[in-house]
Amino acid sequence: MSNGEEPVNGGAVRPRVFAVWVEDRPGVLNRITSLFRRRGFNIESLSVGRAKAPGVSRMTIVVRTDATGAKRLAAQLYRLVNVLRADDITGAAAIRKELAMFKVSANAGERTEVIQLATATGARVVDVAPESVVVEATSSPEKIEGLAEVLRPYGILEQVRTGLVGMARGVESVMADPSARAVPQPTVGGRSGDDAESGDGSV
Amino acid sequence: MTAPRRTGAHLIWETLLREGVHTVFGYPGGAILPAYDAMLDFPIRHILVRHEQGATHMADGFARAGGGVGVAVATSGPGATNMVTGIATAMLDSSPILCLTGQVGSRLIGTDAFQETDITGVTLPITKHNYLVTEVEEIAPAIHEALYVARSGRPGPVLVDITKDAQQAETDGRWDPEDIELPGYSPEPSPRPSDYRRAAAMINQAKRPVILAGHGILLSGATAEVRELAERAGIPIALTLLGLGAVPARHRLNMGMMGMHGESWVNRAIQEADLLLALGMRFDDRVTGKLQKYAPNARKIHLDIDPAEFDKNVRVDAALAGDLAAVLGALLPSVRPRRREKWLEAISRMKGDAAVRDIQNLPDTGRLCAAHVIHDIWRLTGGKAILATDVGQHQMWAAQYWRHEEPRSLITSGGLGTMGFALPAAVGAKVARPDEEVWVIAGDGGFQMTMCELATVAQERLKLNIAIINNGYLGMVRQWQEFFYDRRYAGTPLLSPDFAALARSFGLGGETVSRRAEVEDAVERARAEDRAVVLDFRVEREDTVYPMVPTGAELQDMIRRPEPALAGAPGPAGSAEGGSDVEW
Repeated sequence: MSNGEEPVNGGAVRPRVFAVWVEDRPGVLNRITSLFRRRGFNIESLSVGRAKAPGVSRMTIVVRTDATGAKRLAAQLYRLVNVLRADDITGAAAIRKELAMFKVSANAGERTEVIQLATATGARVVDVAPESVVVEATSSPEKIEGLAEVLRPYGILEQVRTGLVGMARGVESVMADPSARAVPQPTVGGRSGDDAESGDGSV
Repeated sequence: MTAPRRTGAHLIWETLLREGVHTVFGYPGGAILPAYDAMLDFPIRHILVRHEQGATHMADGFARAGGGVGVAVATSGPGATNMVTGIATAMLDSSPILCLTGQVGSRLIGTDAFQETDITGVTLPITKHNYLVTEVEEIAPAIHEALYVARSGRPGPVLVDITKDAQQAETDGRWDPEDIELPGYSPEPSPRPSDYRRAAAMINQAKRPVILAGHGILLSGATAEVRELAERAGIPIALTLLGLGAVPARHRLNMGMMGMHGESWVNRAIQEADLLLALGMRFDDRVTGKLQKYAPNARKIHLDIDPAEFDKNVRVDAALAGDLAAVLGALLPSVRPRRREKWLEAISRMKGDAAVRDIQNLPDTGRLCAAHVIHDIWRLTGGKAILATDVGQHQMWAAQYWRHEEPRSLITSGGLGTMGFALPAAVGAKVARPDEEVWVIAGDGGFQMTMCELATVAQERLKLNIAIINNGYLGMVRQWQEFFYDRRYAGTPLLSPDFAALARSFGLGGETVSRRAEVEDAVERARAEDRAVVLDFRVEREDTVYPMVPTGAELQDMIRRPEPALAGAPGPAGSAEGGSDVEW
């Protein structure tokens, strides 16, 4: 801000996960990323793919911000004409997975050890070459970090990670129907609606 | 309106006419030539501008004056990029304009072809939405949607970029205008019942409430609802710059303008309030001052059509999203009638010696002050004129010394603060409301940014009255240098042409005025002329806009006009950071 002050903020800064449904049209990804840049949010990861409904793409976006920032971000996303729905699923009961592949330096002597480590953590070996193996894991970001940690001493030659994808658990999921666009609810001071209702008695 | 062929170019004008657009502001060029050629077959009034920035400001002024969505047309590349400033201006002030640009042929896109610019990419963050149209079948739906998006919800600029081959292609053009597909666009949210209850309870409990009245009131057409709320609940009203006119200046509950150059008692009332009721305003840093100390004892209710404004700058206790007129209409029955005489009396006392320090009450030294000029024009027109201002000192004086009684009568660039806005915006306003008297008030700096549009004024034979507040400085920047940069006037002294002679060279009227005694006659002569007239007012060179909240200061810490002001040397005696003039 021009006067060097912080705008409203609240809550801890941590990675927050958004599920965003958008119209599948040229330039929409650009609109989303442009919005994040323009409003000063740094994207940690972003994955895009087709949603169930035809003509709809689904994004999972991870961004570091506080609770108020997350609300502001959702409201800003709704200002984009091509955004059908944007849910902050950070606190929701959801499955969050990421696909990672690590190419690990491993000669004949180390190979068995690396394969055992990978298998023990639930990862799979998908390629074996004379001087390296490729380990693939589909898991939570934390577990993938753990895997990287144990592989690092052998020498990670190359890695690729897809970024997070997420889906809420159960059939009653609020995320089930992308056509039911949620009108963004006004945010009220970072407090719960119940607290703020307390003045109602006198009406 | 039978077109010989139905090309994409014809569809552009057909669609615009069907939507009620009869006037466009534009400038032709290669990539938009098919559209210009087809234009001759339709009853469209085209106003040829001298620079595409002017076209966007004209469209903006047209919209702000109440003419509906303003339409600007330009060619690709430089034509389109020249629109950027006007688009950003409309974006920050939520003004509905449609920019139609030609684009190079679709097969040339991405090849750095002659006059190719990715204008949808360039304008992505400064448009409400934009379209790149490469197929003739998309032209009508895109323009139809664009006009709808521009004017609905929170209004804003929309750009439609149409390739040359799409304009040239022919089609049988079957398309149903009812068939609008914007599944992701819901422009009018509505509050929950519990939000209404909470807001009403807070209003009914408040002892020292203040209404903050913003531009959204004008955009929503909610002036009657705002007055009813204020009168019923006895709530004094503070206005933002763009809110001026939302409530008549003469209304007993209208305190005046808030913020950096607002009235001191208005800011003080806000700081001492126990409830702020923000109506269609967005807590810009120019109205809040230091955020951490902004209205520290007040609960805040925010009514706005754009939920993204809630908790953006100021944390609020209740937020009601929706069209202001509709939301206020639903809220009013729960608001209890109150008089709040004690609070209103307390505010009256806050005025203190403010009136004494008003430049209007100081002895007339015979020298020409901008405030005198502006106040005289207001007095002579009876305030019954549309006023378009530029940006800077004269803009603040026009806010302070013109009494704003009617909505959509002050046309000014608030959010972006775009110099060069006044003259082209006034053209747009005059075209929208041809029977109204229109005044331009501009500084010598800003006026020179777009004064090429004098040629447009002359060609279109538009009757404008143009007052240049000429102090030989970029005055507002000079004022900041005076207060905060030790009077080191870097880049602010300004040479100008003889504006009166310049105006005459366009076939317009022109006069130079240097003494206060000459103002009245000059203004009346200008008003009486059939053609546009430029009045070059040579005012006090180092005059200052008072009062002022320095950037980052608390709202009540205003630099006040020095007590004996202007009797001798202009400028503040003891000012700014030292705080000797700080009142409370």
